[in-house]
Amino acid sequence: MNDLLLTGLLMLIKLGMILAVLLTMAAYLVLAERKLLARMQRRYGPNRVGFGGMLQPLADLIKLLTKEDFLPAQADKWLFLLAPGLAAVTALLAFAVVPFAPPLELFGRQLPMVVCDLNVGILYFFGLSSLAVYGVALGGWASNSKYALLGALRAMGQMLSYELAMGLSIVPVILMARSFSLTEIVQAQASLPFALTNPLAFGIFFIAALAESKRTPFDLPEAENELVAGFHTEYSGMRFGLFFVGEYLNLVVLGAIITSLFLGGWHGPLLPPIIWFLGKVLAVAFVFIWIRGTLPRLRYDQLMAFGWKALLPLALVNLLATGGILLWLGGAS
Amino acid sequence: MASLLFYLLAATALLATLLCITRRSPVHAVIFLINAFFALALMFYLLGAPLIAAWEVIVYAGAIMVLFLFVIMTLELSPESQRPALSRRQWAPALLLFLLLLISAGLILTFDPAGQAGVPFFYASPRSFGAALFNRYGLAVEIVSFQLLFAAAGAYYLGRRRKARQPEESS
Amino acid sequence: MNLWRDIKGTFQPFWITLRYLFKRPVTISYPEQKRTLPPRYRARMILTRDPDGEERCVACHLCSAACPVDCISMQAAERADGRRHAAWFRINFARCIYCGLCAEACPTLAIQMSSEYELGNRDLLKLVWEKEDLLVDHGGKDPDYHFYRHTGIGVVAPRGGNNDELPPVDIKTNLP
Ligand code: SF4
Ligand code: SF4
Repeated sequence: MNDLLLTGLLMLIKLGMILAVLLTMAAYLVLAERKLLARMQRRYGPNRVGFGGMLQPLADLIKLLTKEDFLPAQADKWLFLLAPGLAAVTALLAFAVVPFAPPLELFGRQLPMVVCDLNVGILYFFGLSSLAVYGVALGGWASNSKYALLGALRAMGQMLSYELAMGLSIVPVILMARSFSLTEIVQAQASLPFALTNPLAFGIFFIAALAESKRTPFDLPEAENELVAGFHTEYSGMRFGLFFVGEYLNLVVLGAIITSLFLGGWHGPLLPPIIWFLGKVLAVAFVFIWIRGTLPRLRYDQLMAFGWKALLPLALVNLLATGGILLWLGGAS
Repeated sequence: MASLLFYLLAATALLATLLCITRRSPVHAVIFLINAFFALALMFYLLGAPLIAAWEVIVYAGAIMVLFLFVIMTLELSPESQRPALSRRQWAPALLLFLLLLISAGLILTFDPAGQAGVPFFYASPRSFGAALFNRYGLAVEIVSFQLLFAAAGAYYLGRRRKARQPEESS
Repeated sequence: MNLWRDIKGTFQPFWITLRYLFKRPVTISYPEQKRTLPPRYRARMILTRDPDGEERCVACHLCSAACPVDCISMQAAERADGRRHAAWFRINFARCIYCGLCAEACPTLAIQMSSEYELGNRDLLKLVWEKEDLLVDHGGKDPDYHFYRHTGIGVVAPRGGNNDELPPVDIKTNLP
């Protein structure tokens, strides 16, 4: 009984810490993004609240919480109210399968440094990322606004198309690691990260991840200069904030997934594993922000053509090639 | 505990399906259908088939239903022009299926009232699942995949542009 | 080759943004750092005085007629010696768009634009400025200009007595 209690307590502490770290990271990524973008455009970015703008996320939170939570007339009430939560929760849940450090030895028991080491972990991540589109789609539809509806349609088309390429680019990784579990995938990269052994898959996954998270150059669902704000045009206050938080949580989660799948997870010399993991996640996030600061937005037909005519065939060829090489190396069992 | 969860999920799935076929707005119907799929996926997981559960969510809830939603939103049915009441002929298949369900439930109840002959608990890890699929049922898998390929080619053929237009210039 | 150009065009910008990341921002952080304004900057108006220290404004209403948003109002008055002035003169800076048309219309150079631009205020009524607030103790851009020394109204000199002025025409005769 005591044993069970201790395990439960450790679990709770772990969950609480993960939640706190994730949310703080998401909040500060907003700030980091604004700052970095500003510096890339030779501005300062937010620097008024707190030292160098360090309290800006808090100020934003207070602002969003105190704003009016507006419900458009003729909106589909329940869907409108639920959609932002869906967007944030799917992003948050996806982190559950990401291992961020090797198992910890505590009070004579093994504490795995992952919320839930599912043996179909990578598929779980996929399922959630394909559910993430509902938050956007339903939010856009329920707002009963043309802009929001168009944003939602674009989001659905885009995420459906890029999910295929994304899934196919992961298959080589699964072939090489011989497992669906992210922990085992990370352990398979102890010597060499998959980004080096299979750079093509890495590239495809990275681009597809950009499209999945609806970031520049694939931010058509919220293209400001044609759709006002896309699917969240009608949202205000904390509901808009939830969409926002969901987007940045998604950024963290995608960074973590890319780290685990291709960059060797927590493996790295000298520094403790957790530092390596966080560093890699932040590096990926930095590249995302860098891309946003550099590339313009694609047209919708370019987006679709690129997804279906370039990424998908490439992913298929890569899959065939990887399978062939693995067979040739005698990996068949 | 597990069986309690199972019954809960089963009830959710049934309720969601019922709501799905009675909703007037197609978008709401799709949402309840997704709900039902989700409950089904969790049931698969409980029954020891995590792979099927994951695919249920990814393929059905995550892809096909998104497509449904996409089409519904593009057509944008106005609230008035939504589903008319079902005619008697349309009720027939539903009734037939319901009868089948009743009969099978009755059979189970009469022959195995204590629930002894349940499915033996079996945990299908992704590896063993894949091995079984491609070793034992390899031929069937190939046939099905060929059929899907034919279907895709056929759909493409049917959906092609009738009038051969000039291919648009791509700059 | 086209593909090569595309690839280069995609990746070269990354180098530029990375370089800019480490450059000094060009922002002027406003309340702490202030820009030196160009001398002819158009911000709030002033009412200037002529070299004798008298108000230049003759209350001719030309500025208020020229103002596109109608934010100048005044009441004309006349002194015993015939010099006109404004009994009160009011500019509503909450409406002013700082277009400078009033300064352009003014025949006496009385109303001029100054470079004081920090007028922000939460109370709209505080943005209504009276003549006392607008009057300054100098001549603005052309300090030597004195309206009454160029015209025929005998206020500071008898009619026709100014340097650049012809004597008045006697309309009772047509002799040259
Ligand atoms: S600057 Fe323009 S708007 Fe302002 S008082 Fe003069 S004429 Fe009117
Ligand atoms: S400020 Fe100039 S234009 Fe306006 S009333 Fe006075 S003299 Fe006339």
